[in-house]
Amino acid sequence: MKILVLFGLLLGHCGATAQAQDTPPAHHRQGVVDAAVPGGTLDALLFYGVGGAAMLSAVGVCVTRNIVRMAVWLFVALGSVATLYFLLAANFLGAIQLIVYAGGTLVLLIFGVMLTSKSPWVRFDTSLLERLAAGVVCLALFVVLCIVLTGTVWSRPQGLVLGTALVDLGRRLLTTYLVPFEVAGVLLMIVMVGAAHLARQEK
Amino acid sequence: MRGPSGFRTGRSRLSQFSVPWAPPRPAEHGAVARAVVSLARGVYSFAAPIVSRFPGFLLISAVIVTVILVWLHAMVFAFVDEVILAGADKANVVPTTFQWPSPSTWGLTPTVIHGLIVAGGGLAASLAGLLSYLLWPVQFGIVRDLVGLGAIVGLFNVIPIYLIWWERKVAGRIQSRLGPMRVGGWHGWSQSIADGIKLLLKEDLIPGEADTILFRLAPYLTLIPVILAFVALPFGATYIFRELDVALVFILAMLGVEVVGVILAGWASNNKWSVYGAMREACQMVSYEIPMGMALLVPVVMAGSLSLRHIGDVQAGGWFSWMVFRSPFAFVAFISYYIASLASCKRAPFDLPEAESELVAGFHTEYSGIRWSFFFFAEYAAMFVVCALATILFLGAWHSPFPLSWGDAWGDGWWARGLKGLLLSGPIWFFLKVVFLLYVQIWLRWTLPRIRLDQVLYGCVQVMLPLTMVLVLGATLWTWADLSGGSGWHWFARAWQGILGLIGALFVLGFVVIAMFGFYHRRRLVGNLVVDALPGS
Repeated sequence: MKILVLFGLLLGHCGATAQAQDTPPAHHRQGVVDAAVPGGTLDALLFYGVGGAAMLSAVGVCVTRNIVRMAVWLFVALGSVATLYFLLAANFLGAIQLIVYAGGTLVLLIFGVMLTSKSPWVRFDTSLLERLAAGVVCLALFVVLCIVLTGTVWSRPQGLVLGTALVDLGRRLLTTYLVPFEVAGVLLMIVMVGAAHLARQEK
Repeated sequence: MRGPSGFRTGRSRLSQFSVPWAPPRPAEHGAVARAVVSLARGVYSFAAPIVSRFPGFLLISAVIVTVILVWLHAMVFAFVDEVILAGADKANVVPTTFQWPSPSTWGLTPTVIHGLIVAGGGLAASLAGLLSYLLWPVQFGIVRDLVGLGAIVGLFNVIPIYLIWWERKVAGRIQSRLGPMRVGGWHGWSQSIADGIKLLLKEDLIPGEADTILFRLAPYLTLIPVILAFVALPFGATYIFRELDVALVFILAMLGVEVVGVILAGWASNNKWSVYGAMREACQMVSYEIPMGMALLVPVVMAGSLSLRHIGDVQAGGWFSWMVFRSPFAFVAFISYYIASLASCKRAPFDLPEAESELVAGFHTEYSGIRWSFFFFAEYAAMFVVCALATILFLGAWHSPFPLSWGDAWGDGWWARGLKGLLLSGPIWFFLKVVFLLYVQIWLRWTLPRIRLDQVLYGCVQVMLPLTMVLVLGATLWTWADLSGGSGWHWFARAWQGILGLIGALFVLGFVVIAMFGFYHRRRLVGNLVVDALPGS
């Protein structure tokens, strides 16, 4: 079993065979499953590195005044969080994060800035009151998160198998969590219709 | 430092033009640079006569050698997998832990490997003494990963270089010109390499009023996602760097992220043309992503998986089992995906972001040198990725049009496996199909005029989007009927498969016939002058 852990931490799937229909050897597959469970040195290093990048870029989002640079910091933050998802073997969540936020929302954000800006470098100017309000809200959120984090009992995922997670997710979305899923969809629909109504030209 | 025209120059010293009457300046380079230059000169003076004498032969043999090298790696990896790793697993051999400074005690020792190879038998057993030392590093995943990374980065470099050359040749032929003919000797085959060297040596210009940091960052934000897309892209059933269960979503995400770099490039240039190009890119990408994803949902629903390898494997079994011929919805989905993918790669007729006749060069107006070439590397590599997705999802992935059962009679020896990999399924078939789709992209670009932005958006929102929605719904119902239908339904589905397969075959046949017709009537179609002046036409 030790060999599986050792190889699992190091290797992936670039092993190739000349025959196309070959399935990869069983130990190879298991290696990937083992790699999905965090805990190795490399994983830990990457986790702290990427997590640090996420935090730094979040600070960058708050501190930057140039709105497009702020969007770039946001891009780094979203990308780092997606990388964290990949590191924790939540591949689907990571890819969706990149598609929806980095590839969709962020593009629309920059697009909106381009359409509406009057000067080449749009800047944010915040009043003291706004900063105070933001600070109080952030502090409250921080305290709540700290309480939740210290109060939670953390458990390691046991017997995590890649591939089945996605099928399971899809099945649950369409059975157990069908109502919340549909409600979210209807909400988005309402938002879209409302936006179209607001944007419509008056005759 | 600011140059004379308000440009910030990358180097503090302004470049001077040398004139014939100026005194020769002393060499400015250090010892290392001089050594590199003399080495390059030596290589050039040695290689140039040979290359210019046998250019075509050298190019073809380079391709063959590359293919053989890739196969050799595949063989070695397979051998290590099957004989050494699986053998160690079976014999319950535990690898020794790492002890600095002697790395030979890390993992399976050469002695253990020797024993395993001998136990494996065959031709390898007689060479076990040598192989045990040669294969020792291959047991580590990190070594294989480095080999795979080298392959990906190499491919990423080679694809755009030859795609650009090929595009220029095809454009030339479509317009009755020669295209690049000089560099390298054989049809200008090394024109792109020469261009690349030129771009590397160009002056590093950044507009004085640009947002310098974002201007420098943007080319990398465009380039890196496309390289990452190659990580999850399967080139054959086992030629995958990382097999992801959500490979399709991952690659789509990377293609979507690529746009951010393009938009930032346009914005950071602080130039009206660039911003217009970037805005067009943003609105085109955001709208065409939706029909593209919807069209890709059709094969996903039919295969029941997001893993590209699984979707490829489902299509084994010859021409009629390719996804595109499975149902009429998939057939239309393939066409709509191809159109949407043209828009997502900014290819004509959707090349509005860099419309040369309106926007100078669109989002890359202010870019020059190596940064400019990064955009083109990203664009051509993205073309490859998009066509590869079309091949994997619709056109039978790495499988040949012949059924796999033909190979059963050949046995299971190493040569039979090699032959199956060559004739029935393998990366060669994959590349052939991708190259055909790329050719169609180039062909369309030099045939169709550019359409207006409102036409682009009309086509997306009013035509493609409803069409692909209907396709997804139809494919879902079709799959449901496949899963639950009786024998009558299966007969019906088979009939559709046959009809669509024949239509596809007619398409290919028509393509060949038209090409042959054009070739035989070339004197009448393009004129004697062109035929006599263009070699090989």
